[in-house]
Order: sequence, then C-alpha cells, then structure tokens
Amino acid sequence: MPSAVDIRNVSKSFGRGAYAVEVLKSVSVEIAHKEFFTLLGPSGCGKTTLLRLIAGFEAAQKGQILIDGVEMSSLPPFQRPVNTVFQSYSLFPHLTVAQNVAFGLEGTGASRSEVKRRVGEALEMVRMGDFECRKPSELSGGQQQRVALARALAPRPKVLLLDEPLSALDLKLRKQMQIELKQLQEEAGITFVFVTHDQEEALTLSDRVAVMHQGRILQLDDPRTIYEHPSHRFVADFIGDINFLEGRVDTRGVIALKCGAVLADSRAGATHGDISVAIRPERAKRVPTGQGNVDGTLIQSVYLGTGLLHQLRLPCGSVFLLREAAAEAAPLPAHGGTVGIELPAAAISVFAS
Amino acid sequence: MISRENIRRVTLLSPSLTMLFVMIGLPLAILAWISLLQRGVTSGVDWSAPLGLDNYIRLLWEEDFDGTIFFHTRYLEVVLRSVLLAAGTTFFCIIVGVPAALWMASLPKRGRDVIVLLITIPFWTSLLVRNYAWLIILRDDGSVNWVVNALIPGDDVGLLYTNTAVFIGLVYSFLPFMILPIYAVFEKFDWSLLEAAYDLGAGRARAFRKVMLPIAMPGITAGAMLVFIPCLGAFITPALLGGGKTLMIGNLIQLQFGPSRNWPFGASISIVLLALMMLFLMGLALWKNRRSQ
Repeated sequence: MPSAVDIRNVSKSFGRGAYAVEVLKSVSVEIAHKEFFTLLGPSGCGKTTLLRLIAGFEAAQKGQILIDGVEMSSLPPFQRPVNTVFQSYSLFPHLTVAQNVAFGLEGTGASRSEVKRRVGEALEMVRMGDFECRKPSELSGGQQQRVALARALAPRPKVLLLDEPLSALDLKLRKQMQIELKQLQEEAGITFVFVTHDQEEALTLSDRVAVMHQGRILQLDDPRTIYEHPSHRFVADFIGDINFLEGRVDTRGVIALKCGAVLADSRAGATHGDISVAIRPERAKRVPTGQGNVDGTLIQSVYLGTGLLHQLRLPCGSVFLLREAAAEAAPLPAHGGTVGIELPAAAISVFAS
Repeated sequence: MISRENIRRVTLLSPSLTMLFVMIGLPLAILAWISLLQRGVTSGVDWSAPLGLDNYIRLLWEEDFDGTIFFHTRYLEVVLRSVLLAAGTTFFCIIVGVPAALWMASLPKRGRDVIVLLITIPFWTSLLVRNYAWLIILRDDGSVNWVVNALIPGDDVGLLYTNTAVFIGLVYSFLPFMILPIYAVFEKFDWSLLEAAYDLGAGRARAFRKVMLPIAMPGITAGAMLVFIPCLGAFITPALLGGGKTLMIGNLIQLQFGPSRNWPFGASISIVLLALMMLFLMGLALWKNRRSQ
C-alpha cells in the first residue's frame, strides 16, 4: 500500500536569480496512513511552504509529491484529495456556519439531503451543532477554529493539513483543543499533517515529528526519541530546556569538560575533538557536594508546582539548569552554597561542535 | 425637555440643518409647487394659476383641438430610453468594473496607486470638455470612423448622434464611479479565502461566483447607485453625443426650462425623475435586505 503522503526530493525557492531564497532543500519524507505527523521548526524553516506544496498552493521546482500513490504536481488545489485548516481559519464571512461546512460538499455531486446530513455530522463532531445558522463573525476564536476543522473534515479528505491552527488561541483553550484534535484524528481515521512552531504541542499530539531547520528535515522520529535522543544540537536546543557543556573527547571516548568534569561515553569515541555534551535539566541529578561529576554554586531555586528548578553556576562560569521533583528533594543549601551534579551516562547526548 | 445637552445639540446641528433646508428642502418644495402651476404668458410660470395635476397628465395624455383626450408615448419614450440607457450603462460598467477592480487589487501597492491616479485624472477636466473629445472621436471624419473604414471599406459608420454614441459617452463618464467602490472592497479582500475555496474543491469559476462576488457585492451596489442615478439624469452627454435626436430626461427638463419656457412642465418631469430614482433606491434596499436574510 502506498504511503498517505510521499514527498520525494522536493526543492522550492522563492524569488529569481541572485535574490532567490531556497526555502526547501531536497526534502524527502513518507507519511503513513492515519498518522498524526507534525512539521516542527522555527519560523522561516520551510514547514509552512512544505504544507502549501502538499495543498497545491505553491509549485515545487524539483521533486515529486504523491498522495496515496498518485502524483500531485500537475493538479490544482481543487483537484487534490486534501483539505486545509488555515492559520487564520479563513471562514467565508458571508456564509453561515452550515454553509461554510457545506462548501466543500457542494459540487461533489452529493444530494441536498446528503450534504445536510454530512454538515450535521461534521458540526456534531466538533460540538458546534447548535451554531449552524450563525455567521463566523458571531463566533469566538475557539468556535471559529472548530468550524474550520469541521469544514475541512466534512469532504472526508485523504489527508488533513493543519497550518498552526491553534496559535491564535489562548493557552487554556489551546490545551483543550489539542486533546480534542487528537481524539478527532483517531475518530476520523484521517492522516493529519500538522505544522507548528510549538515544540510542546508537537510532542503532545504527534505520532512522528519532523524537526525542520533552514529548509531541511534534521530529525524525523517519534516524540520520545526526538526529546531524549536529539540527533542534532539544533534539535536538542529547540525542543525543551537543555544544558550544553563544552569539552573535548579523545579517541578512547573519555570526555573532558571545560568545567572540570570527566565523563566516559563509548558512543562519543567516533567524534573526537571539540564536542558539546547535552543533558536535560530533569535528567541531571543533585547529589551531595563532591559526589557528582561536577559541583555547582546555587544561584536561584524556583518552585514550579510540579518540581523545583535550580540555577547553578559551574566552575567555568556557565549556568546549569537542574530540575527535580519537589517532594523528593533533599534539603537545599542556602543561596551561594554548593551542590554536586551527577551526569548519568545514559542521559547525555554528545554533539560535535 | 430643554436640557443643556439638547441646546448644545441643536446649536451645533443648526448650521448644517439650515443649509440642508435652504439649499435642498426649500428649492425642492418650490419645484413641487411650480409643477402644480401653469406656464405664464410672458414668464416661465403663472404664479397666480390654480393648482392642478395638468402637467403630470400632459406627460401621458394629450388633448386634441376638438377636445378628445388621447394617450401618447412621446415623453414615455424619453423616460424609457433614459432608464434603458442608465441601466445598460450600469450593467456594462459592472461587467468592465469588476475585472478591472480585481486586477488592480492584485497589483503591488505602487502599481495600485498609479492606476487609481490614472482613473481619477479625467476628473481634473470638465465633463463638458471630455464629451467634446468624444464628439471629435465619433464623428464621421473622426478616428473611429477612419479605423473602421480602413479595416472594412464602406460607408461612414454614422455613430454620432445615436443611442450608441450616448451609451459610449455615458460608460466613459461613469466607469470610474463603478471601479473605485469595487476596488475598495477587493483591496481589503482576504486572498486566503480564495485559497480556502480552492482547497474545498471549488474551481476558479465557482470560487469567483460563491466567494469573491458575494463579498464584492457591497462595492457593486454602491457603484450601481453612483452610476445609475446620475446617468438617469444625464444632460451633457446626450446633448452633445445624442444631438437633438436622442433625448434623455435631463434634456427634456432643460428644454422646458430653456427654449420652451414652460417651467411647470419641466418641474413636473423633474419630480417624476426624482420619483424614479427613489424607486430604484428602494428596490435596491429591498433586494439587499432580502439577500442578507
């Protein structure tokens, strides 16, 4: 069975000649059926362009895009089996909610009663059944979001494209919509291609995440692997909090950090020379002074509810973040006191620098 | 109750209210009054004549020398021609104006400003002068005739002093009033709505019909009002390009107040014209109301 979306060596530039900017550099990715697939990256990384290429709003200079095994390059957007949820929702202001949702169904040859039934179903799915006769301007942001979802889902596309659909909502509503979006995807059984710059959102929702940077996919993995084993320094830095410690590694795999710690890492042997070691704040452990890999001076300690976040000054001068569960925390020294920091070998990632 | 607030309101509004009354209300009342009088022997109006609807009756019925009253269409034809020419001009302006406005809105900012300027430049010259220019273009030794004869040798086209000439003149004069309000709507158009329509399977024609056109409708109705109403009362264009042959209501009124020196009849035609415009506006409002429900 062909993949839901198959992107092969797609390149895209905007502008001409000397002013051309290459926003996608030979990107290839296969997205499986019923997968919740996320394109994650900072603004300008090419994620939205890739989505617009799949939708057909832009044409690639090189490469192919196949949906369900069918080459799409020569098809205009209105002939592609995909629908989009736009960042600004783009609901038709002159039509009611029901007419908006019916827009994609009319012209498919469906009968009037069939259209009415499916509009009802789609609106029921996003719990907007009572708003059929309202105009988009009479709805709140979250409600507009739901209508946009219903409108895009109603024609039953093979792939649903979502362009930062939650970015305009406030935090609480966004969290709620994230859960609903995930449920909706499982209910509808449709492949979702989701674009976001919010790493937390990407990790929460996705089956797989592609982290993009400067027109390339740097890492393509499930959320857990992306978080725990980032393949690039950029990925490690972009997703969540992380500490970077500069150092050198020799051919035996012994790492000497600038701040004085010495670590052994068998995997690091391949890249000898200057490296950086990355570790998540919650993976480092606070131990009594002198018993860890390195000691740090306590600058500040913040209570986060779910835990404590300590800012520690390392001997080399850089700041190290360490998070621990509040309940299990050993008594803290006064500000300016020293604590030991343990860097478990399993928790570190090593990048050439 | 006379509160300070009310006194303030009346004082501030009084200059404009006075002006509206003196410059519009009063002349209109005088016009309506004159339309009920009779023409004078030496002047345009016999101010002491008894009031009556004779002038309105004259529009459709005529009294023969033997006293029989018969129906005639002399003035009805003029009214009908005016309505048809105004409606035709409005329709044609929509057909040309919508694509033109759409094209303008799709240009980059600088290009738009240049085109808007180009469209407004004709207003710097008097309408009279611009219609004289058309007189030169359309007459038998003019450029249109010359080009047509060069392509298809034959007789003179004989455009001038026909309904067609008046139509061309009217479209030319009023097109900017159609383009600008439609452009104002398209300029603010959210192009992602067009993408949304495409995305939902609508081809170009359906996307235009179902999304762009309804959203442009306020601009189109505004333009239709700005074109149809002055067109209905147009005077210079039919006078110059229609010669004496193609009369419109405006010319008829001018004839009565001028050469014929029959003010009461001219006044009654003016009131009829006013009523026609009111009817058009009411029809438009009714239609808009029905659409928005």
